[in-house]
Order: sequence, then structure tokens, then C-alpha cells
Amino acid sequence: MSHDDVLNPKQMPHDPEKATLEGKNKFLAFWFFLGGETVLFASLFGTYLALNRSTAGENTPENLFGLELVFIMTMLLLTSSLTSVYAMYHMKNHDFKKMQLWLGITVALGLAFLGFEIYEFVHYIHEYEFTFRSSAFGSAFYTLVGFHGGHVLFGLCWIVTLMIRNSKRGLNLYNAPKFYIASLYWHFIDVVWVFIFTVVYLMGKVG
Amino acid sequence: MSTALAQNRGLGAMIWDYLTTVDHKKIAHLYLVAGGFFFLIGGLEAMLIRIQLMKPDNDFISAGLYNEMITMHGTTMIFLAAMPLIFALMNAVVPLQIGARDVAFPFLNSLGFWLFLFGGVILNVSWFTGGAPDAGWTNYAPLSTVSPGHGVDYYVMGLQISGAGTLIGGINFLVTIVNMRAPGMTYMRMPLFTWAVFVTSALILFAFPALTVGLFLMMFDRMFGSVFFDTAAGGNAIIWEHLFWIFGHPEVYILILPLFGAFSDIFSTFSKKRLFGYSAMVFATVLIGFLGFMVWAHHMFTVGMGPIANSIFAVATMAIAVPTGIKIFNWMFTMWGGNIKMTAAMLWSVAFIPSFTIGGMTGVMLAAAAADYQYHDTYFVVGHFHYVIVGGVVFGLFAALHYWWPKMFGKVLNEKLGKLAFWPFFIGFHLTFFIQHFLGLMGMPRRYWVFLEGQGLEAGNLISTIGAFLMAIGTVIFLVNVVYTSVKAKKVSGDPWDGRTLEWSIPSPPPHYNFTQTPLVRGLDPLWVEKSEGKKGMTPAEPLGDIHMPNASILPFLISLGLFIAGFGFIYQVDNKAWLILVFLGMGLTLGSMLTRSLKDDLGHHIHKEELEKDLEKGAGE
Amino acid sequence: MNNQSQTPQQKAEFERKQHKEEMKQQVISFALMILFTFIAFGMVLLDIGSVFLVPTLLLLAVVQVLFQLYYFMHMKNKGHDMVAVMMYGGLAVAILTIITFTTIIWW
Repeated sequence: MSHDDVLNPKQMPHDPEKATLEGKNKFLAFWFFLGGETVLFASLFGTYLALNRSTAGENTPENLFGLELVFIMTMLLLTSSLTSVYAMYHMKNHDFKKMQLWLGITVALGLAFLGFEIYEFVHYIHEYEFTFRSSAFGSAFYTLVGFHGGHVLFGLCWIVTLMIRNSKRGLNLYNAPKFYIASLYWHFIDVVWVFIFTVVYLMGKVG
Repeated sequence: MSTALAQNRGLGAMIWDYLTTVDHKKIAHLYLVAGGFFFLIGGLEAMLIRIQLMKPDNDFISAGLYNEMITMHGTTMIFLAAMPLIFALMNAVVPLQIGARDVAFPFLNSLGFWLFLFGGVILNVSWFTGGAPDAGWTNYAPLSTVSPGHGVDYYVMGLQISGAGTLIGGINFLVTIVNMRAPGMTYMRMPLFTWAVFVTSALILFAFPALTVGLFLMMFDRMFGSVFFDTAAGGNAIIWEHLFWIFGHPEVYILILPLFGAFSDIFSTFSKKRLFGYSAMVFATVLIGFLGFMVWAHHMFTVGMGPIANSIFAVATMAIAVPTGIKIFNWMFTMWGGNIKMTAAMLWSVAFIPSFTIGGMTGVMLAAAAADYQYHDTYFVVGHFHYVIVGGVVFGLFAALHYWWPKMFGKVLNEKLGKLAFWPFFIGFHLTFFIQHFLGLMGMPRRYWVFLEGQGLEAGNLISTIGAFLMAIGTVIFLVNVVYTSVKAKKVSGDPWDGRTLEWSIPSPPPHYNFTQTPLVRGLDPLWVEKSEGKKGMTPAEPLGDIHMPNASILPFLISLGLFIAGFGFIYQVDNKAWLILVFLGMGLTLGSMLTRSLKDDLGHHIHKEELEKDLEKGAGE
Repeated sequence: MNNQSQTPQQKAEFERKQHKEEMKQQVISFALMILFTFIAFGMVLLDIGSVFLVPTLLLLAVVQVLFQLYYFMHMKNKGHDMVAVMMYGGLAVAILTIITFTTIIWW
């Protein structure tokens, strides 16, 4: 396939994200990377579960966590997962404008999530004096949730970069795989969050 | 070699070429040189350790320096010598064995190398800035969290950066092997080396994230005041041990499996027989990889995990002896009745079998949890793991380098010098480490700076040191061989060993696009299939046409350089926040380079049919 | 689908229909995920002090994640065999790790 074909938005096959060898490679590599990320987050979850009762006589999960905020955050992130599904739906139908629109909504929801998370952390630090250094529970909590937040931040930067870079030229076989794996990343962030709200917040409230 | 060509273009151009290359064959050269260099440094550290232990109450080096020496010897040998040398082989051979023109991600391949190199350099800079890491290569907390100075910080940053490079490399080879195989190259026709690399890469993918997390926790504890391993604030030091060994045990299989694969190819080639029990070998490789994840806690039998956990991990560990035994027997059956040619590569391979078997046997002894309370942290353990790592990995590296050297450089390493290097190394190896089992059983603990007079340990230690010197002599002869070969030896054809697999069907060294036409694979040992039907080379699977190749790029170097700079910022911001400038500068460079990579389209270039035809006329395609 | 007589327009039409069908499944799974989330939060807020509470919470999380993986991330589609191998490989190591950290460390 010549370069012109790859960059030509007119020539789009059925599964544009897997139509070229580069696309197939990216697709597979990114899934493998997510397999590795599974172990990364499992290690963080394991550490958290080992230390979440090690509060050094200070704040415990029960008195810290407020479920209202977590519920809003969960809804935001779950919905952003659906909106990125819509974006990929339009990508498969070669409708670039709608894809950009849905990705834009995804980014907005992600930003709102991130804002709430920052608010949550600031709240814990100022109201409860619960920090990264106050107990092993504190270290483990901020590391696990912070790693997830870092992933959200990176995902947002990634999607925004892709949107801006390709805003003028539309969809082609070169950037379709990039959009696709960015959306995979975004779904994976949601997968991790499902376990965070279950294991950290809900189970933390139950005790 | 390309020396003549390089002189024409000047040294600067050659350096620039290697800084920006994305060609897997050149990246193999880079890994080989860098890994070889660190191997020599690690060897030097080993010699200093052995000189210190030559006689009782020795004061050749101070106690503190001795701790740094053992830490750096282990860390260097595992992460900076063995891993990159294996990556050198993987890069040099795997794309050729599956009939691919390059790896799936040439850019990431280069990035992986530079990350490893800068990580290794960070680790070794610590020698000059007030002390190397000194908490052992396992870096157990709380010894590591309270270690004064910045040594352990260097350990954390160095391994974090080079570990990222390894992870990238692992994913790259997984995708390469899944997606880039030539037509007809089914999974069950892949050479054993490629199979082993596949399983190894999967182990890298699942093992390294645990190390990443462990290193992050260690970094947060040492540099940012968290309390993961600080029992006073509710922390738990065992978390480090678990994370380290969840990574660390698969790591030893990551080291040995590719060389198991290399041995399989070597035995088969030099016995002129197809590998005995090919499918059993594949199955055993996968099984070792699988079981490799269920045994890590056998490093922690004395931690106090309780009898149930100890028993489970003991049984799982012993189970690994089964697939390994399958392999040992299959190698011997491959040789049995074969037309054996005792080349230097074969010599190292044959020597590997009994040496590694001894290491495997002591491994089963150590796996018996109750007995391990006696062996734990004694020289018995040191003897055991050197038998598997030197007797397996290092022998394997020497064998594989002799075997694939002509493919990498177009010249066969001198056979006489090769055998001359083998004998002192082989004898020295057994002298050094066999006696250490007995020293351990007599009660000599590992990692001790001195031993006392009159406890019966003098003779054993002296013999061990003498053996180490013999190994050093063997290594030096190998280096002489490399120089001698590159100066004196004549170029050879693409197939000096009468090989069986695809890499021998193309010229040595191969043109940068590897295969002029992608070959059609018609069976296991594809080249041998064609040879046995009287054909000279492979049947092409495609007409001669334009070839798509990736573009060179300096960005991988810059991304890694940025992390290198930021690493120093992280280490020293503990003393003075002004050092954070380096973090911002470095991360800026890294993220900026990544952004550049993302924004600039890089579609590669095409090599035109006419150029290929010209190359063919010059005899490059044979 | 591989019918030779199909015109490009017909093919495009067919694909659009297929995508629409898939989208419908995805919206259904989204609705179920939201429902599960409500149930999970509801159970905790209503303070159901049952021994089954934590296992139920975990089960709901696992099912949600399966929806994410198989519907949102298309793991149910063709060409995801190697993907499944590596995801389940990672999952196996992940589960071992978590079991370890909840059983055999010092408390």
C-alpha cells in the first residue's frame, strides 16, 4: 500500500483500525500492554489490601470516604466509556465529525472526573489531615487512586492530542488505529475504576 | 564488517547512524556491545569479591565497599549484562527466523535499547557520586529504606528506566512473532529459539509490572516520605519481598528460556538431525513459563509464611523439574545417533547439559522447604544459582554467540581460540562454584565480608578464587578471539554451518531489508526442507517488488536521555529542591519528544525494485 | 457477505446495519452496568449487614468488567484470540498477586 492510500480519507475499509499491518500491530501490542497493566494494577491493589487496615491510629476508610462523591465520579467515568464507544461507532461508519464530537464529550466527562478526584484529595488533606505520609493506609490509598488518576490524565492528553492533530485532515488508515487504541485505553481506565470503587470505597465503607 | 564503509563516511556519520538506527540488526550490535561492556564490569566486580574472600580476615576492600560490590555484581549481571545480551540475540535472530523484514515496532525497539542503556549508566554513575547501592541485588526493605546516601536511589531509578525498556522490548517481540511470520510459518513450525523468545516475552510482560510497582513504592518511601515499608507507621516490609520475587522468579526463566531455545537450534544443527520431540519441547517451554509464575515464594521460605504456603510453593517448584527434565532428555536424544560436529558452539552446549543439571538438582534440594531453613542465605544458594545462571545462561550466550556470529558479522569466530577459551572457563567455573555448595553446608553465610580462620573454610575459598581467575582467563581469550576474527578472518557465505532454519537462507550479514522476497515456509526447519529436495534456497512467496522500510529517528535517544536527566533530579531533590529543575527539564525533553513522535507522520520509505535488482546482481541475494 | 454480486453500496449498507446492531448491544450493556452500580452502592448505603455483601459487590464488579471487555472493547469479536490469551494470562498473575497480598504477608 502506498503512502497516498494510507493517508487518503476516501479509501476506508470495513475495520479501518486493523486494515494495515501497522494497525494490526498497534492493536495487538496495545492489548498486550493492557495485559501487563492488569498485573501493574493488581500489584497496587494487593499493596492496598495489605495495608488498608494499617492506619497507625489515624483516619480509617470508614470515617474518610463519602459515597456521594464516589457515585458521581463513577457515573461520569462510566458514561465517558459509553461516549467513547459512540465515537468508535462513528469511526467505523467513517463519520469523522461525529467521532470528534463524541470524543470531545468523553474528554469533558474525563475532565470532570479528574476535577472531582482532585477535590477529593484536597478535601482529605485539609479536612482530615490525611496525607500520603500519615500512615501506610494513606500511602497505599494515594498511590493506588493516584496511579489511576495519572492514567486518566494521560488518556485525556492523548485523546486531545489526537483530536487536534487530525482535526483538519479527517480519518485515514494511518490515524484510525491510533484513535482505536486510545479508546481501548480509556475503557481500561474504566475497568480499573470499577474495581477501585468496589474494593476501595464500597468495601472500605463496609469494613 | 562495515568498517571499510564506515571509514569512507567518517566516524561521526557512523555514530549518528547507530544513534538513530531502527534496524533490528544494528540494534542487536548495540545490545551486544553495551551488554558485553557491562558483563566485563560485573566480572571485574566478581573478581574483587573473590580476591577479598581469598583468605581469612582479608582487608583487600572495606566492608562498605564489599557490600556495594556484591550488590552491583548481582544487579549488573542480571539486568545489564544477561538481559541485553539475550536481547542482542533476540534482535539479531528472531526476525530472520520467522522470515520478517524487521520487528513489529522498529522505533520502540530502538527506544527499548536506549532506555536500558541510560538506566545502566545511571546505576553505574553511583560509583563516582558517593557510593553505589549496597542493600544486595534483592534490595530488601528495611535495609534498603534506611541505607544512607543515595546508592539505593540510583538502584531504583536505574532499574525503573531500564525495566521500562525491557517491557517495551517484550511487547515488541510478542507482536513480531504473532503478526510478522512469513507465509507458511505456523506456530508449530517456528524454530525453538523463536518459541522460547515468545514465551520469554510473555513472561516479561507479566513479570516486569510487579517490579515497576515495587520500585515505585521504594522510590516513594525513600524520596517522598511515604511509609509502605516503615513498620512504625503500619507499613509492611514483606510487600517489597513479594513484589520483588513475583517479578524476580519469572526473571530467571526470562534469562534461561531463550538460551534453552538457542541450545535446541545448536544441537539440531550440529547433530544434522531434526530436534527430537519438537512438540514436547514447545510444550515444556510453555509449561516452564506457566509454572514460573507460581513459585516465587520459594525465595521466602524462612520469612514465616506458614507451613501451608511453604508446602504449596515447594511442590510447585519441584514440578518445574519435570518439563526441564523433558528438555534435557530431548537434547540428548537429538544428539543420539546424529552426525555430531564438535564446534565451539557445540562444545559450550554439551558442557551446559551436566552443568545445568547439577544446578537443577540443587534447585530441587532448595525447594524442599524444611531443608531450605538450613541452606537459606548460605553459600549453598550462591553455588546453586551460579550453576544455573553461569552454567545455563553464560554457557548459552557463548554457544549462541559462536553459532550466530557469522550471521551477525559475516565471519566465523576462530574455532581454535573458541575452544581455547572454553576449557579454562569450564574448569574454572566448576572450581569456583562446586566447592561453594560445601562451604555453604559447612555454614558459611552469603554476603559476609570476611570469614574467620580455623573454621575449615580457607581451602574452599582459595580454590573458589583460583577458579574465578580461570574464568577470567577464558573470557579474555574470547575477547581476543573477537578482535582476531574481525581483523584476520575471511568473510564466509550465508550458510557456514549447513543450517536448517530461515536465517541461514540469506547472506551474512543480511541486507538491511533481510529478505529480498519473503520466503514460503513449507515445514519445520524450512531451509532443510528445501535442501533435502535438492533446492539451493527458499522458494519466494511473493514477486520481486518494492519493500516498505521504517525511517531512522533520533527521538528514542532523546526520550531516554530525558528520563536519564530527570532520574538525577529525582535522586537529588531530597537534598535540595533546586534539583527539581532537572526533573522538569528531563521530563520536558521526554514528553516533548513523545509529542513530536505523535504529531509528525512517519510512514517509512520504500526500497524500489530497481535497487533490489542491483543488490541481487552484486550477489547480496545469492 | 462475500457475495460477488453485492454492490459496494449494498456492502456499506450491510456494514452500517451490523454496526448499528453492535451499538444496540453496547447500549444495553451500558444500561446493565449502570444498574449494577446502583445495586452495589444501594446495598452499601442501605447497610445490608450480610456475609454475602462483599462477595456480591465483587461479583457485580466482575460482571461489569466483563461487559466492558467483551462489548465495549470488542473482545467478543473475531480476531481476539491472542488478546484473550494475554489478558487471561495477566489476569492469572493478577489474581495470584492479590491472593498473596491478602493471605501470606505479615499482619
